[in-house]
This record gives sequence, C-alpha cells and structure tokens, in this order.
Amino acid sequence: MKKLNIFIVVAALLFGLHAAAQAQITEKPGFGKYAITGATIHTVTNGTIESGIILIDGNEISFVGKNAKITDDYARIDASGKHVYPGFIDGWTALGLVEVSAVAVTVDNQELGDFNPHMYAFTAFNPHSASVPVTRVSGVTTVLSAPSSGIIAGKAAVMDLWGYSPDSMAVAKSGALVMELPSSTGGGWWDDRSEEEIKKEYEQEIKEINDFFEKARFYDRMVSAYEGNPSGKTKPDHDPRMEAMREVLSGEVPVVIEVGREQEILEAIKWTESQEGLNVIFAGVEEGWRVAEEIAEAGIPVLTTTLYTPSRDYDNYQRPYQNPGLMAEAGVKVAIVSDDTENSRNAPFEAGYAAAYGLGKEEAIKALTINPAEIFGVDDKLGSLEAGKQANLFISDGDPLQPMTNIEQVFIKGYKIPMDSRHIQLYEEFLDRDAVSTEE
Amino acid sequence: MKKLTLFLLIVAFGWTAQAQEKGSVLIQNATVITITDGDLEDTDVLIRDGIIERIGKDLNAPRGVETIDASGKYVMPGIIDAHSHLNGVDINEPRNPVTAEVTMEESVDPNEVGIYHSLAGGVTSIHLMHGSANVIGGQGETLKLRYGADQEGLKFEDAPRTIKFALGENPTRVHGQGNSIQPRTRMGVEQIIRNHFDEALDYKRKREAYLEAKQGFDRNGRGTPPVPVAKNLRYEILNDIIEGEILVHCHSYRADEILMLVRVFNDYGIENYTFQHANEAFKVAPELAKHGAHTSVFSDWWAYKFEVYYSTAYNASILNANGVINSINSDNDQLQRTLNHEAAKVVRYGNTSVNDALKMITLHPAIQLGIDDRVGSIEEGKDGDVAIWSGHPFDIYSKAEMTFVDGKKYFDLANDADDMRIHIEPGTKFEDGSHMREIVSRREADACLQDAFILFGEQSAQQHN
Repeated sequence: MKKLNIFIVVAALLFGLHAAAQAQITEKPGFGKYAITGATIHTVTNGTIESGIILIDGNEISFVGKNAKITDDYARIDASGKHVYPGFIDGWTALGLVEVSAVAVTVDNQELGDFNPHMYAFTAFNPHSASVPVTRVSGVTTVLSAPSSGIIAGKAAVMDLWGYSPDSMAVAKSGALVMELPSSTGGGWWDDRSEEEIKKEYEQEIKEINDFFEKARFYDRMVSAYEGNPSGKTKPDHDPRMEAMREVLSGEVPVVIEVGREQEILEAIKWTESQEGLNVIFAGVEEGWRVAEEIAEAGIPVLTTTLYTPSRDYDNYQRPYQNPGLMAEAGVKVAIVSDDTENSRNAPFEAGYAAAYGLGKEEAIKALTINPAEIFGVDDKLGSLEAGKQANLFISDGDPLQPMTNIEQVFIKGYKIPMDSRHIQLYEEFLDRDAVSTEE
Repeated sequence: MKKLTLFLLIVAFGWTAQAQEKGSVLIQNATVITITDGDLEDTDVLIRDGIIERIGKDLNAPRGVETIDASGKYVMPGIIDAHSHLNGVDINEPRNPVTAEVTMEESVDPNEVGIYHSLAGGVTSIHLMHGSANVIGGQGETLKLRYGADQEGLKFEDAPRTIKFALGENPTRVHGQGNSIQPRTRMGVEQIIRNHFDEALDYKRKREAYLEAKQGFDRNGRGTPPVPVAKNLRYEILNDIIEGEILVHCHSYRADEILMLVRVFNDYGIENYTFQHANEAFKVAPELAKHGAHTSVFSDWWAYKFEVYYSTAYNASILNANGVINSINSDNDQLQRTLNHEAAKVVRYGNTSVNDALKMITLHPAIQLGIDDRVGSIEEGKDGDVAIWSGHPFDIYSKAEMTFVDGKKYFDLANDADDMRIHIEPGTKFEDGSHMREIVSRREADACLQDAFILFGEQSAQQHN
C-alpha cells in the first residue's frame, strides 16, 4: 500500500503540473534525425538484430543494422533492453469514420445505395477522432479504414495515424474496394424466407452485381479507346461510379469481399474466378479453416480475427483462435485485424491468440506488419524495418502481443509521436483527483 | 449419424448423472495463485469432496483421490464474471420501467454450449443478469458452471439474491423514446426509483396493518373484516432491497448518475451495491470509496455510445488506487472466455499490481456477489473451484488446461472433444448456414439491451449489430 501511495505521489508530481491545462494534445511531435540504439530490432523481413541501431532521417528509416557512425546531429534514444518493431497495421477498421457507433450522426461509413464504388473513406476520415491517438499510442500506426454498406460500400483508405488532414495521413487513398456478395443460403434462424425465395433473391442479386461489373468493363473499354485515340470518336459521358471501377478492374486497387461461412467463402471463390483481373482479398473468413486449401489455391489473402465465439454449436471453442494458423498452414497469406473501431488497439492481442494457437509468434507479427502491407500494395513504404522505408515503428518493453507490455514510444512517418491520448489524459487528471497545486 | 446421436445421448446422460457430484483431487507442485496469501511456489492443493482441504508441500493423496502433477503450471481460483448473459433464455422484460418481480432464475438455459466454452477459459461462476432496459429490472441468478447439470443444479446454492438496476441511455431510450413514458431523462430515472421505493414502503405499512387486523379479526371472529390489501410481489421485492436482503447491481455509465444513486441509496439506507460498467466511475472514485460502493467495469470498452465517450481504459486502475473494490466483467460471451487477459490489461493501463488485477476477476466479483466466503481465492475451507493454467494466466500464450468446480473436473484440454453439446435441436442444419450460431465478437457492445431492441423497430436492431 505504501508503494502505491508513493506511486500516486510521483505520478501526481509528474503529471499534475500540466494535466489540468490539457483538453487536447498540445505537445508537439519531434521530427528530424533520430538514432535508436541498443534495442532488439525485429525487422520482420531480415530477421532479428540484437543491440542494433536504427537511424531515422526525416520521414524515412536510413539505416537498420549493427554498426553505424552516429553523428552529433542525431538525437539519441537509448533503447537498451527494449524492442523495436515496425508499426502495426490494422487492416480492417472503421477508425476515423465512426466516432460513436450508437450516435447515427457520427457514423460515416454507411452511405445509402447498393453500388457506391465512388464513395471514399478518405473523404470522411476524421483526423481529429479521439480514437486516433488512443490507437496510435498502442503501436498501431496505420489502418485500413473501411466503409460497410450495401453491395459495393466504397473505397477503403490506408491511413497513417498522425497528421492534420486526410491528405497528409493517406498512404493509399484508394486502398481497396469493399463489397459483399449475396448468400445462396439462408441468413440464419432469423431468416424466415422460403428456400425458393432465397434462391430467387440470390440469383437476382448476383445478376445485378455481374451486370454492374460488365457495364464497368464496357465503360472502361470505351473510355480507354477514346483516351487512346480521340479522333473521330464522341467523348463518352463521365460516370463517377464507372470511373471509380476502372482502377479496380485493372487489378491496381484490390477488392475486399466480406465472407464468413464455408458456403459464402466457396461462392466468393467461384465468383472471383468468374471475374478476370480482379485482385481479391477476403475479410472476416470465420470458417476459413474449413476450406483453407481452396482459399490458398485461389491465391486469395485474408483479413481475419480470433476473438469471437465459434460459428457452429458443434465446433470446438478453439477454432476461432486456430483459424489464422490453419489458413496460413494451407498457404493463405493472413493479416490479423481488429474488426473494431475505437478498440483497433486490440489487434495485437487478436494476433497473440493466433500465435498461441498455431500461427506462431513470428508469423503473428507478420500478420500485423508485412502481410497487410503486401496485401494492400504498400510494402514499398510499410510493414518492415528497412532502410528506405517510411519510419513507422515503436519501442516496447517486451513482446507487443502481450497485454501487459508497454508501448513506450511510437514513430509515424518519422514523427516522434506525443505518447498521449484522451485515455491517458483522463488518467492523469483523475488518478489523484483532489490533489491541489501549491504553486504560487 | 445414429451412432453419433447415441453417443451424445450417453455423454449427455453421463453429464447429468454426475453433475451434482463433489469431486476430490490432489494438484501437485504448482505455482498456486492464492489471491489472499500471495503466490506459493511448488505447492500442492488437496480438494476433498468439493472443498479445499489443504494447501501445502508434499501432501499425500488420500486413498482413491486422483493426483495431477502440475509442475511448471499455475493454479488459480476459478474466474468469476459479475456480469453475464451467457445462458439466459430471455434477458429483458422491457414493457415497464420497473419489473423487480421477474427473475433470471426462470430463464436459465442449462444446455448452452457456451457454458463449456467459458469453462475452457477458466471461468467457474457467473452472475446471470437481467438486461438494462428498465430502471429496476429483474433479479439475477448466480451460477456455478456445472456443465451438464439442470437449471437447479447450476445454481450457486445459498448465494445472496441480486437485482439489476439501470440508469442513463438504456432505460431512457427504451421507455422514454420507445414507449413515450417516463423516464425520458436522467431526472426521470431518479424519480422512478424514489417513487417506487416510497410506494413500496406505503404498501408495506398498509399490508402489515391489514395482516395484523385480519389476524385480530380471525382470532376474535367478530366485527367487520378489514379491507384487504392484496399481496404485491413487485413491492415486496422493493422492500427486500430497502431492507438489504438483495444486492443491487446497477448498470450505469456517467459520473453524475452514479452519484445520484449513491444519494438515493443513502436516503433509503441501502448498502452493499455495485455499479456495473461504470465507465465514468473513475471521476467519482473518492465518493465511491467513501460510501463503500463497488464497481464492475470493462477493461477497455469505450465510445460505442455517447455516455461512454469520455471514458478511459485506466478506469480500473484509478478505482483501485482510490480503494474502490472493483471487478472486471465481460457482459459478453466471447470476452468471458478471455477474462484473464482483460484483467491483464489493467496492469498495462495504469500499472496496477498483477495480484490486484487478478483480484478483479476472482475475489472482488465474489465479494460483489456475496459469495466470497465460498469462492474467489484458494484457501482451506473454500470451494474447490480452481483452474490449472499452462503458464501465468496473464500471459497471452497461456491456456487453461483443466477447470474444476466443487473439485470435479468439467474441462480438460487433453480430452477436449469437438462437439460438446448436451442437447441437440432436431432438424438443425449447419452446413447451409441456416442454423448458424450467432458469432459474438468484441463489438457486440450492448448485450444488456437484448430482447429490447424490438421496441425501436428494425432500423435500430440493425444498427445494434
């Protein structure tokens, strides 16, 4: 108890001075040249370096290794006994789009309409969401912020979690098209449609989707032909929906399809095979372990989680935990995500469960770093600690998949981030609430 | 298929037949997390006929008692979840702001396979609660997870009675917005409670006067019979609350509404109550400590509704540092399976000691449910509700290997079949997805409003998901 009291007094002394004045994060980030020394560096792509050095120059990592001359213009950060990891990427969240999910006016991830490829999460991403600092101080430095509604919900954006505008935060404005396919089977016990109705609705919806893609392909051919040689041709009318599909049809921007059950997954594989040139990713994939071979064979990577209850009464309770490992074993590229908004920070613990139940620690870290970076085509900038990559990284006092580990310092795009958030500010203000200042 | 059914029937029958048995076991050479007496290295725990008989070194197994070598492993008290809807058949009776007379006792599904899933997470007792649609909701039921037992057999014998209260958005949405009756505001919530307590006290006075008069009339057999005052179960329950016979567990979020209930309870002399969720309890931690109010909170949930927007994952640590008896609960079938790691987050957020964080899923919920004389720590004389873990329970890579209730093993990782259903609905098809289990993940934020969403129409129900 005495120890606790001392802790409170020390904490009050440390925090009390500036806590009361803080309504927002007023501390400025650091920026320039940093040398992080003495840490165990988990590069992800080039093994682990004990007592290594990382140099940060502006936005980028300029050196990762054992021996480097550190000139005086580098601010040194002694990280002896600590660990450095690439910033974690949460590849499936509504962060920045949804502030308070129960308050409809703060929910900006669900536009009306079934076909919205021209809706950009980038546009509605709120850089000042209270959840952004809460997330980044936990080591999640980048997210795929995704819309979710209708059949084609819109485009998800890959966003870094530091900046004052979507423009300065976007790693990829067009991160991925997000869509859902209809299910040929019932929706569950609450679905009271007859088998015939279900079949009819399914065929109708699939036809609608295929027609939409067909039309988009036609538009693309028409516009490409005109752009290639406009002479003697009438300029086609601009169609924002069709225009937004062009980068998807070419495979340049991936398509995330939300699937869960075995049957849905198989149908989505079949649909993908019927569509040429699409770069497809699956999200959810709760029953992926049942058809892992098929997913692997189709070469489709997955965005998945672990902390949910089994999908069938007769499934072992461990299946959700084992799912990422079983898919990876079959050859599927797995990214582990939060599937959450305000608690995107929990993605590392989802990965911890995957690690414990078959995926292993090393692969679990990849599932939070290089795998999502590759899946979203941003691995030239993110996902590992390599010279030339963007300086997204964090220093921790231990294994970051452990809930008791502390994330001590985060860098995003070279910015040394103030380790502050609403949660920390409230802690500082209320830990010893009634303490008074004796300053003059 | 027939064989499978037969097998399941045998399994089911086997479970039922053994359900109420008390077990004996000697667990040897473990690190024993006692909660009340530190961690004991290389220690044995002897459970006999359901009771922890001895804790010590080199204990001998009495004749016929199974011995388990737990070298390198940890033994901790079974986890207790003070807020669960795991196997409730119905959760809310949402058609009146006060429904003190309804009970979860009538709403226990003993066949819910989720009971087994929670045992696999080292959980041995839960507080099955009514939802939060009403200001004064129904009575709860404290259960031991004796998977295979019937409704009666799942009950935590002699556990104190409990009841759910609810403040803030849920009752004002359900009744004020949904039904256009009071309460529509937090002002209304207070008056609903005060008015009902006052009516209950008036009822009691009149009822007692009537019963006395009737007794006199019956004895004397002459004069005019007294005008009857009919028995009213709702008011009887409210009087039991005022008299301290029922522990109140109050769904609440904001600091102001928490203080409101403290004032009301002070006025009626009600003690021993717990604020559930209580995301803003940290803002009034000194007041809670002063009045001896308890809290039972999430480790890190916030921002899913407006009344939790200005909250913090450091809540539990602040409450603990201020001396408030706090527990970490799940309110969620998934989270219940991983409460050990939810408690570990209390260490992350605010440097609470590991043992204090462990108390939040063992001894503290036991205190809040009034069962701490029986469970919540490993002590001689307490119930044999323990779990063996492969490593420290706060380590993300640790797994519960065995879970015992009353000394009887209900979960064994080494002997963990896929299909653990006790009861199989005839005609269910899973292959085509038509009887998929509802997948519960973290985002299922408001299990407390289950069954009440119909009142807001379909749109709200969808939004809920």
